[in-house]
Formats: sequence, C-alpha cells, structure tokens
Amino acid sequence: MTLPFFPAGGDPGPSFLEILKRARSEPAWTDLPRELQPNEITHGTTVVAIRYADGVVMAGDRRATAGNFISHRAMEKVFPADRHSGVAIAGAAGPAVEMVKLFQLQLEHYEKVEGVELSLEGKANQLAQMVRGHLPAAMQGFAVVPLFAGYDTKRGTGRLFEYDVTGGRYEESDFAATGSGSMHAGTVIKLGYKADLDRDAAVELAINALFQAADEDAATGGPDLVRGIYPVVATITTDGFARLGDEDIATRFQALLERLSIPGRTTKVAVSPSEGGAGR
Amino acid sequence: MSMPFYVPAEQMMKDKADFARRNIARAKALAALFYADGILICAENPSSTLHKVSEIYDRIAFAGAGKYNEYDRLRIAGVRHADLKGYSFSREDVDAQSLANAYAQMLGDVFTHEIKPMEVEIVVAEVGADAEGDRLFHIFYDGTVVDEDGFTVLGGEAEAINARLKETYEPGLALDAALRASVAALAGPGRTLAPSELEAAVLTRDNGRRAFRRLSDEVTGAALAGDEATVEDAPEASPPAEGTAGVPESAEGD
Repeated sequence: MTLPFFPAGGDPGPSFLEILKRARSEPAWTDLPRELQPNEITHGTTVVAIRYADGVVMAGDRRATAGNFISHRAMEKVFPADRHSGVAIAGAAGPAVEMVKLFQLQLEHYEKVEGVELSLEGKANQLAQMVRGHLPAAMQGFAVVPLFAGYDTKRGTGRLFEYDVTGGRYEESDFAATGSGSMHAGTVIKLGYKADLDRDAAVELAINALFQAADEDAATGGPDLVRGIYPVVATITTDGFARLGDEDIATRFQALLERLSIPGRTTKVAVSPSEGGAGR
Repeated sequence: MSMPFYVPAEQMMKDKADFARRNIARAKALAALFYADGILICAENPSSTLHKVSEIYDRIAFAGAGKYNEYDRLRIAGVRHADLKGYSFSREDVDAQSLANAYAQMLGDVFTHEIKPMEVEIVVAEVGADAEGDRLFHIFYDGTVVDEDGFTVLGGEAEAINARLKETYEPGLALDAALRASVAALAGPGRTLAPSELEAAVLTRDNGRRAFRRLSDEVTGAALAGDEATVEDAPEASPPAEGTAGVPESAEGD
C-alpha cells in the first residue's frame, strides 16, 4: 500500500468515505441484478433508545433472521459509535454492520485528521448521509434503519435520532424504536415513560420493551435462557458508552419473568369435540 | 539549441541535503523515548493548537520537526494509510514498521525527484503489548530510516540534545522522570522550558484500544515540579503567551 498523498487542490479532507472512494474499495451494494427476497438475506430486528436523567439507554435483541429461519442467535445490534455516542441497527444485517463499521471509522478518522471531535449534531448528520447513500440498495431489499443516540457534551444532555431509509433524520425527545418489533417495543416504552427517569428505571423499561416485542414479533429474540444469551443494553452518559454486564441483564430478566408469571398457571385450550381424538 | 546545464548527481544531492539540513536545524526540537509504561514524546512547541505530536492509530503515534505544513501533510497521509489498512484487513494488522517504510518511500521519492526536498524529520512510534514490542522509527528528510532503541531526538541541535539525553536516559524510567530528562535535555544548560512551551504526549500500554494520550500543561507541570533544579530555580521572565498559537512563526515550527 502506498501512502495516500494528494495534491493540495484535490485533498479529500477529513472524510474517510471519500478516501475509500479514491482507493476504490467502498462497498458496492447497488449493482445487484434483481431484487432480493427477504428470506435470502439476514435481517436484524428490534432496537430501542430511551432518554433518561443522565443520558441515554440503548438496547437491542440478539436475533437475526432470514425469512423464517433464525440465522443467528447472538448477533449484536448496539455498538459504540465513539466515546459519547452509540448506534443501533435494524434491517439487512450485512450492510448494517458494514455501515456501523464505516461510521465508527469515519468519526475516529475525522477526530484524528481535524484534531477535534465532531459535534453530536454533526455525527447524526453524517449517519443520515450514509443512510441516504444506501437508498439504492434499500430499494433492492437491503434496507438499513439505524438509531443514533449520544450524550451531547456541549448541551449536557442525552439526545437520540431516528432515521428512515431515505436518510431522513428525526430527533426524538424521549424515546425511539426501530425494526420489526418496534411497534410493540415503542408502545411499552410510551406507556412506561416518564420525564427524567433514573438509570435503573430506564434500563428496566428497555428490557420490558424488548421482552414484549419478542413476545409478539417472531423475528425478535427474547432472553435465551437455554444458552444464556441476553439482549445488549448500554448506557451513554457524561462518562461515555458503557455496556451493562450479562449477569446484570440476566438478573433483570429473571426478575421480569417472575413478575409476569402467575404461580401454578397452565394454559389449557379446549379441543373441538367434533374432531374427537384425531389430533392425539 | 539550448542545453540544460549539467549538474553532477553528487552535487545535486549534496545541495538538496544541505538545504534540508539547514532548515531542519532551525526547527524546535523534540525527543521521543521509551519509559516504563510505553513511549513518551516531548516537543518544544509554544503553540497549543498546532501540534507536532499526534495520534495515527490505536498504538501508533507520529511526531514531526521542521516545516509545519509538510509534516502535517505527512501526518494526515499516515492517518489515511493506517485507517485504510485497518479497514481493508484488521486493526491488529496496522503496524509502525509498514507505515515507516511508506513514509521512507515517500520522502525518498520527493528527495530524489522533486526540486525541493521536504524540510522535515519525523518519528513513528508504536507501543507494544510489552516493552520488547515498543518501536521507534526515525525517518530523515531523504528517506533514511533508523530503528531507534531507547530514545531519539529530532529538529534543531539534535546532536547536542541527544548527547545530553544520553547521560540521563535509562530504560524503564517512570513517566515524570522521563519527562524531566527530556525537558532538561531539550532546554539545555542555562535555559528552562515552562509547561506551556512544551507539547507532551504518551502512548501507554494500559490506556485501552487507543493508547495515545496528550499530557495537559497541569500534568506536565506537576511532573516537572518534582525536580527543583529545572523549574523553581529559574523563574520565568514573562509567562509565555497562549496567543502565539496560530501565528505564522509557530506555524512553521521553527
């Protein structure tokens, strides 16, 4: 590899994506011969973000599906973007993870080249541009819909952003959810949300939302007690991005399951008498 | 028919080398050295915004002496090279040696083919998982690479500073001792350097993924205060102005 050296007039500036273009190695999701069917590609599902008193909590389930298949049980969908922000993804898993990787790189690249971090607003806009650039692929069945959240060190508050496939960027004041289970997760958060929740309450709410989404949406994974796989939960505060330990999340899910289950209950559904014993 | 003047290759190289050496000799110096937890790079630099020492990648740092615009361009090229390589392969495949070679090729090419050589000297440092893995590459204006062991000095009066540092340097110094040794060597006899006239940064083994960390004036000051001889015996005549940052003089780094 030679040193990427550019004449002063043709310098690509602090953009890593531009460097990739010059090096002709940016991922090309666009020139596909036909529209891909949903069952041909792996999809990630439900992720949520909730603003609370000290910042933002982000959470995502671990299931990846390809049509009716569970293609991965331990996929990660919540990532640190840099020290004070995080990104969570739903949609086609391959391009989504690639987008996160590029986004992380872009933020660090900018910081190193320019000597200062991008503002939170700048980071959110950068991600919007990446989502918009991905639109042709989204039209062919590769939609990627991220959530971006972070602690705005200048304003001293947590902030969160939703996107659509066209790169539309929508700042939400309280919470956001995206992915196939987002309707259920969003409803749970909407009902349980209060202004200035504390950390514990916000984490509880996120866990509850993911559990209910998994309960209603086949593509969203619940707590996998058999393998010990639990959703990823992370907080972003003035101290930066911090992922909660698996033990902590497991304990919280156990408590939630205990609260929800009714002792001694078994659900019986009456068998239709006309079918007799045929079903046995 | 006009004939170009014949200049012997030897003469041309000598002229270019003299030119580069003369201008680098006017630059403010910097020292890079191994210490107990990694690598310390300490530069005399009155500007707090125009850096001589910077982060390239997770475990790699860069420092340049000479003409600011030239070494800053090299720094950015290094960041791009490292980020591209890490993206194409893996973060752990990015190493100082390949970067030092790329810099050497670049500087060598410019020295041979361009009218004007680059008036810079640079150092590429990489902190390893243990002290054996630490690397320090000193690259000269003509593309010569030296794999340094222990410490190296770049910029003006490099030989004299090198000789002074050689007397105080020993492997495994603590950070404050290493800082005192390099500042004393940079300042020389009869001169002191205040924290605001210095730029110091470290690559430390235990700083997480990104090993690079700048030392603030407070940290540098506290480390230097441990040694009365350099700080308290010689009060500053006038506090160095923060406002000098950005003026063309310091922009050229000499």
